[in-house]
Amino acid sequence: MHEVDMTKCLLISLNEWRDRREDTSAMVETVHLDVGRFTCVEPDQLVTTYNAAVQGTWLDGSRLTITEIPFVGRCLICNGTYDPVPENAYRSPCCDHPLEEIVSGRELRIRSIDYRSDAAAALESAPIQRQR
Amino acid sequence: MPPLPLSPLQSSVSAETNTPAFAMHMPLEDTLGLNLLAANNHQAEHNNEHFQSWDLLCLNLMSSPGAGKTALLERSLPALARELSMAVLEGDMTTQLDADRLETVGIPVVPITTGRACHLDAAMVSGGLKLLQQRLDPSALDLLLVENVGNLVCPAEFDVGEHHKVALLSVTEGDDKPLKYPLMFRNADVVLITKVDLLPHLPVDVAAIRRNIHSINPNATVIEVSALTGEGLDAWHIWVRQALASRTTTTPALATA
Repeated sequence: MHEVDMTKCLLISLNEWRDRREDTSAMVETVHLDVGRFTCVEPDQLVTTYNAAVQGTWLDGSRLTITEIPFVGRCLICNGTYDPVPENAYRSPCCDHPLEEIVSGRELRIRSIDYRSDAAAALESAPIQRQR
Repeated sequence: MPPLPLSPLQSSVSAETNTPAFAMHMPLEDTLGLNLLAANNHQAEHNNEHFQSWDLLCLNLMSSPGAGKTALLERSLPALARELSMAVLEGDMTTQLDADRLETVGIPVVPITTGRACHLDAAMVSGGLKLLQQRLDPSALDLLLVENVGNLVCPAEFDVGEHHKVALLSVTEGDDKPLKYPLMFRNADVVLITKVDLLPHLPVDVAAIRRNIHSINPNATVIEVSALTGEGLDAWHIWVRQALASRTTTTPALATA
């Protein structure tokens, strides 16, 4: 159940995000994660542990959404990309080369946070809330 | 105020489209691009800074339960003790049994009972380092061995600040394990195939184990060992000495010399 510890790490980062902001009225609606398929994260378990962990905290009611990123390797013989599978020992099907370069699939990323903010709403007369 | 886009909420505020978000009806978006494990990684970097300042090499030993991490240390610690000053951080879920075994070897051991956690994280190792400092001056050490909790899944994602990851795989576990637990063997710098003294009694092909490890991690060093007969331990100890030496030569003072 390493998802529990991953959730703890995520909450530390979210608390730091709140503390960095001068505007303390921010209410997080959705936290978007990118999770590669070549990680030991089970997305459903991460959502379950997140929902349990935020109860009674300032993040209560927020949602975690996870976008899974495919596992893609690159064959260093022919430079083609491929889907590494255990049935083929993760080797490239084109040239039977070992898995050297991983193009994607190792992502464990807090991509973005959707939030509402009283302070930002007060600035609504400004035409555009610039994104970071 | 401009009309709200009719597209779904998330796509209308996604980083890719760069569509502005509006405060009243739409949530704002803050793009972080931060590692999910940033908190652990930050603590791991902090641990590693300690290791650098103490000028020691830290190895993180990982395997399934019963692959022989403690048995390996029972052989390696006495063999290396003549030339190296060492200590062990011993991760164990609920007991101190492994720590008790290693203490009889005469090497300082700090037990870290992880409770229900199935791996060591950087904060637990940091706690272990504080206990270690109460017993000795870490700058007198050459080598710090972290024996992780027996598990082929969770420890693979949690750096503790180590210089190298060492994975153990016993021949009784079968040659398919590198394919079933690819992350562990992908991330390992060296893989020790243990209990090779049992090979005559098993229908297992050690060449297949090697091939599977190298399919998922072509750069891994693979060494066959037996803690019972001592076979292969010399090669493993040579690897440890080389890791120590190569770490020393990359210190800034020597690199610029």
